[in-house]
Order: sequence, then C-alpha cells, then structure tokens
Amino acid sequence: MSGGIYKCLSEIAGRITDNKDFLTELDRAIGDSDHGINMARGFSAVMEKVTPEDTDIGAALKKAGMALLSKVGGASGPLYGTAYMEAGKVLAGQTELTPENLKAAFEAAIAGIQKRGKAQRGEKTMLDAIIPAVEAYSQVIAAGVDMNTAMEAACSAAREGVEYTKTIIATKGRASYLGERSLGHQDPGATSALMTLEAIRDSLKE
Amino acid sequence: MVGIVIVSHSWKIAEGIRDLAGEMAQGFTGLIAAGGLEDGSLGTDPHRIASAITEADSGDGVVILADIGSSIMSAESAIELLEEDGQKVNAVIADAPIIEGSVCAVVEAAGGGSVDSVLKCAEESREALKL
Repeated sequence: MSGGIYKCLSEIAGRITDNKDFLTELDRAIGDSDHGINMARGFSAVMEKVTPEDTDIGAALKKAGMALLSKVGGASGPLYGTAYMEAGKVLAGQTELTPENLKAAFEAAIAGIQKRGKAQRGEKTMLDAIIPAVEAYSQVIAAGVDMNTAMEAACSAAREGVEYTKTIIATKGRASYLGERSLGHQDPGATSALMTLEAIRDSLKE
Repeated sequence: MVGIVIVSHSWKIAEGIRDLAGEMAQGFTGLIAAGGLEDGSLGTDPHRIASAITEADSGDGVVILADIGSSIMSAESAIELLEEDGQKVNAVIADAPIIEGSVCAVVEAAGGGSVDSVLKCAEESREALKL
C-alpha cells in the first residue's frame, strides 16, 4: 500500500464527503436525515487528527476511531468509532497491511460493531454489507489469491449486501420505528460501509 | 453520594431534565447533563458523556439516564473510554424512561441511596402509570 494509512483514511474521507448528500438522502427516507452530514463531520475530524507522518496503522486507526466517536453524533459514531479502534488494536505497531492482518482487522471491526450495536446480519444495518464482504475477502485469501483481488470480491459482496437491505425490514436504529415502511430503501449505514471498503480497495491498488 | 448523568441527543432536553429533576433535590451537585455535541448540534458524544460521568462521581458511583438510539451506545462507549483510561468509576446505565427515571433517581441519590438502589428506583419508573 503506497502512501500508507494516511492515504487510505484520506481516500475514505474523500469518498464519504463526496457522497455526503447521497447518504443524507438515503437517511431522509428511513432515518433522521443526518447520516451523510454526520459522517462527513466525523471524517473531517479524522483528517484533522491523522497526518502523513502516521505510519503505525494501529495508532492511526485509534486516532480515527476516537475522532469518529466524538464528532459523528449519530449511531454511526460509536459503531464506526468502535470498529476503527478494534481494528487498530489488531494492527498496533504494524506499518504494512498483509492479507492476514487485514483479515484480522476486518474481523475485529465486525466484532466491535456487533458488541456495540447488538445487531446481527439481516437487520438492515452496516453489518449486511460488511459481514458478506469479509467472508468473500477471506475466501479469496484462503485460496492463496492476492489482496487486491480479495478486496474486489469484498466490494462486490458488499454491493450485493446493500441491495439486500432494500428487501428487508429494519429492526435496529431509527429506521425500526418505520417497520414495513423501511422496505424498498437501501440502508444508509450499509451504503457508507460499502464506500469505506471501496476506498480501502482503491488505496491498496494505487 | 451517587451521581446522575443525563444523556440526550438534544442539549435542551438534557438541560431541561436536569432542571426539572434538580428541583426535587436542591443543592444536590451530582446531577450532570450531557446533551448534544460540543458545538450544540443534535447527537451524542462519548467523550462529553465520559467527562460528565467523571464530574458526577464523588466516589460512590454514577447512574446514567439516556434517551433514544445511539445515546445508549455512546454511554457504553463512554464507560469503556474511562476504563481504558484507568479510571475506576462504577457507572451503570438505567433501562428507564429518561424523564421519569431521572426524577426518581435524583430523589433516591439525594437521599443517600446506593448505585443499586438508585438504578432500581429509576427502572421502577417504567411501571408508573399516568392514567
């Protein structure tokens, strides 16, 4: 990964910020209309904290997680904040991503989100994008194929996961108040998770 | 005395509940509001909540009353931040309606109740009928 963790976080911040209005629009349909605004605010705080001198991936992710925790404001704050901090614990002291340590970091992130949100797959949340993505990633890695191909597979699985969220009813978060009216709409959190994975994929490729 | 922290997405709600519940115990200083984000916008901030817990704690523990959605997750994150920071605070989250629970909790805390009894009082307010 050229440019390291700073480049990767910049890529995520850029993608989230570029899609701020789209994410907010998705959240207007089934939530409290703030996902894009919240995530963009969170990532602008992340980019104030991390610098190109940050080479320890774990330390940078911890900083990012702390910033997201404080600045996002909605449920995504503690969820993404915990995900980044848990991934950061796994990658503490590491300066290079490998197929294996990235897998471990993804798995720690999922465990963190599940601990914090007490959610499972199939509840119309970010987990519906991330869990299939990490499963796809792990399968490719287990077959001995490279990390870029594995990230492509992860992004395809996440995209399918986002589509799947249109077909199910929300039982977690603000959208759960809507019940059946949440059907037909894709989950904003799953969508921002897909964007995160695509940004990681792109920053690994460059 | 046990401290009480009020967590709401809204700064106004948290401050308002603090005023309302505070009326029940004049001079009780362990009642702290942690509403909204630092800039006053709607949301919950684990770091603000963690500071409020520290401020509310006099060594006897803290009971947290929270509103909807992410306020619970943020309160849990706040407790973990304090633990990771090495601070020993017995902070618990009440599974209770935020206004009624806060009023009951303050009365019990100001009367010298323990964390367990304050928590119990707050949670019993769920059963209080209005009509």
